[in-house]
Amino acid sequence: MRIKPRLVDKIVRVCLNLQALFTVGILIVIVAIIFIKGAPHISLGFIFSSPEDMGRHGGIFSTIIGTVLLVLLSIFLATPLGVGTAIFLTEYTKESVFTKIIRFGVESLAGIPSILYGLFGFIFFVIKLKMGWSVLSGVLTITIMILPTIIRTSEEAIKAVPRNLRIVSYSLSATRWETVKKVVIPSAISGILTGVMLSVGRAVGETAAVIFTMGSSLRLPTSLMDSSRTMAVHFYILAREGISMEKAYATALVLVLSILLINIIAYYLMNRMISKYS
Amino acid sequence: MSKIIGLFFLILSTILLSSCNDNSTGVTHGKKHTITIAGSTSVMPFIEKLSEHFMVDRPMFRINVQGGGSTAGIMACLNKTIEIGMSSRQLKQGEKVLNSITICYDGISVIVHPENPIRELTLKQIRGIFSGKIKNWKELGWIDRKIDAITREEGSGTRGSFEDLIMKSEEIYDGIMVQDSNGSVREIVATDPYAIAYISLGLVDDRVRSLSIDGVSASLVNIRAKKYKFVRPFLFVTNGPPNKIVQTYIDFILSVDGQNIFKKEGLIGI
Amino acid sequence: MTKTNFTKEHFVKSVLTIFALSSLLFLFLIFIFILFEGLPLFHKIGLKNIILGFKWAPTKGSFGIFPMIVSSFLVTFGALVVGAPMGLSCAIYLSEYSGKKMKMFLKPALELLAGIPSVVYGFLGVVYIVPFVRNYFGGSGFSLLSASIILGVMILPTIISISFDAITSVPRTYREGSFAMGATKWQTVYKVVIPSAKSGILASFILGMGRAIGETMAVIMVAGNALKIPTSILDPLRTLTSNIALELAYATGDHRLGLFSTGVVLLVIIMILNYIANFGMKKKVMK
Repeated sequence: MRIKPRLVDKIVRVCLNLQALFTVGILIVIVAIIFIKGAPHISLGFIFSSPEDMGRHGGIFSTIIGTVLLVLLSIFLATPLGVGTAIFLTEYTKESVFTKIIRFGVESLAGIPSILYGLFGFIFFVIKLKMGWSVLSGVLTITIMILPTIIRTSEEAIKAVPRNLRIVSYSLSATRWETVKKVVIPSAISGILTGVMLSVGRAVGETAAVIFTMGSSLRLPTSLMDSSRTMAVHFYILAREGISMEKAYATALVLVLSILLINIIAYYLMNRMISKYS
Repeated sequence: MSKIIGLFFLILSTILLSSCNDNSTGVTHGKKHTITIAGSTSVMPFIEKLSEHFMVDRPMFRINVQGGGSTAGIMACLNKTIEIGMSSRQLKQGEKVLNSITICYDGISVIVHPENPIRELTLKQIRGIFSGKIKNWKELGWIDRKIDAITREEGSGTRGSFEDLIMKSEEIYDGIMVQDSNGSVREIVATDPYAIAYISLGLVDDRVRSLSIDGVSASLVNIRAKKYKFVRPFLFVTNGPPNKIVQTYIDFILSVDGQNIFKKEGLIGI
Repeated sequence: MTKTNFTKEHFVKSVLTIFALSSLLFLFLIFIFILFEGLPLFHKIGLKNIILGFKWAPTKGSFGIFPMIVSSFLVTFGALVVGAPMGLSCAIYLSEYSGKKMKMFLKPALELLAGIPSVVYGFLGVVYIVPFVRNYFGGSGFSLLSASIILGVMILPTIISISFDAITSVPRTYREGSFAMGATKWQTVYKVVIPSAKSGILASFILGMGRAIGETMAVIMVAGNALKIPTSILDPLRTLTSNIALELAYATGDHRLGLFSTGVVLLVIIMILNYIANFGMKKKVMK
């Protein structure tokens, strides 16, 4: 007996609906578990005091500072380099073997697993350049890690700016840089910022590349050569060693909330830029 | 708006860079005496505790402690990446150029889940389990169920000592699960009723049970009476003689105060 | 152009050139460093002995990574088995069946899912999935099965978003033509839309594979890290990435070079996967 196509259609519709709900359900379950188990242990004290007794007591302040230092400095280094490279590739050079090589390099590196950055960073910065386990080693490694993403998204954003805008600008006798600065970049800014925020999110959650370069000292970093933990590294150690389940969940909650916040800021910035310049 | 952001970053980086001094292998950063200690995950929790005590009365000191395993600490010391390496095994041939100081002693304990009814094993049985010859708990008198054995990674001092003292010439089977710290091993044994592993005796807590080997239970009493023979030294290693700052710290570890903290935590003093 | 404009332009161009060259330097630095450190061992020990060797005991001279290559592929395929059907269904639902409200809700949800750090997934895997596998399936729970489940969830956002892009770029006319001939929605999706979006969907699977094969932290926490090739999905295993992470801190000499060689193998695998995926997508665009 052949099943009526309309019936199949209805069944499929229900199945797909369930499937989508299931997927969203996974997310909700994950966030709910972390929230329910972590929220009771979060307090102002938790945020502002540093870990004691290997993390069994106290808070995560030093790890928050470690994370902020690492991410801010990496973004500070990678954004000008990355956006500048993207501008250079699109506005200042013609398509050639040279640009093709650069693009190939950027594409390949975008997919490299983070452990390879850890491998590289550990041997090159920590040992060979004698920087030791330090914020500096971590920053340099993470900068290289997020550079391809920033270059790629910036390039796409800049390329998407319509040619007409540039032509009009030149016809008004603007110089190349003036065109870039006043026309191209503002139009592309939402795409560029998206790439930056994406990288911030990745750097905040990164563990493999960080633990081998920045180390895992529990103390508050007071200089770039100090070793320090990020929240992600602290969470990993707490969870793996079974030091304190409560603190682990609480740290996870702060991590997830931070990333949620970063996503929200990214959306806000994107929408603001789109409305401002379109 | 971009001007504000740029200014912000400029100020931030100025503040941060001004607190950064030269990167000679870390004796003085700013006004602090910094000592970086890395290595054995067996030694680490105790050194972390001791360092907290040490720094309370000496705020100009900053002690960074991290794990990685005994061999990692020894390597980092050889590379001059750190000032002090922690090891839970004896130094091997190529490592003996380092200056080593015994800071205390610790036993190796074979542990199982508290619900496991087995209380003791013979040395031969333990070798059989970890070499892969004994695969099922029923061969040891329990239920018909595969043994979930766990070992440490190759660079671990605990593993090195376990191989020297217990396995002798038998190799650890490569189908066994591997974890890279005492803490994570203990965590698994505490949650898997069919697990068996070896960790530092000083890190055994009430979530796991320590087995007797050949009739001798793993206790400090038996270790002091030289009845429980599976004991290894905890070492500090330095590359060359320690400078004044590092020596101050080492003196504390070897002092009565330091040793008392070790003893309180379940280790054997020197 | 005035003279000051001209020098300013020149200055800007020089700065940008320096930036671009510095970026290049950084990017190729890591590339070249890994190749430089990783290739010599292939020459010294032999490509076959490393890639097809069965024993990894670097302190004793054995550098066989074959079991780990197999394990890496096993968890990757396992992840696909878990993630591809769910992901594709979700993508179809998002593009063909859901209303604007659902879309607005699902898209940010997916991005949040993608943003959760891998160590959090690994942790939840250890606390919930591993005991579940141990109690209902057997073994220690630290296994290929657990790793596949976790990785499958982790690659969902990748598969969903890229498949979604592929499906939505199928021209509306295709669908309308199908409806005009009296086909139901599902018949249209099944017989017209999906086949048209095929290469994009496959590309999403391959990119998901690339993500899974490069994952380290979550796998170390749930896969057990045993060196043997697993003989059942309940056996523990060690992937190429886990091996690097476990041994990096203490490896020296040839052992360290062996880890770089592992890195080279990983690089090659991922570049091949990326190439296939991009090639597939370009083919679709040209169609």
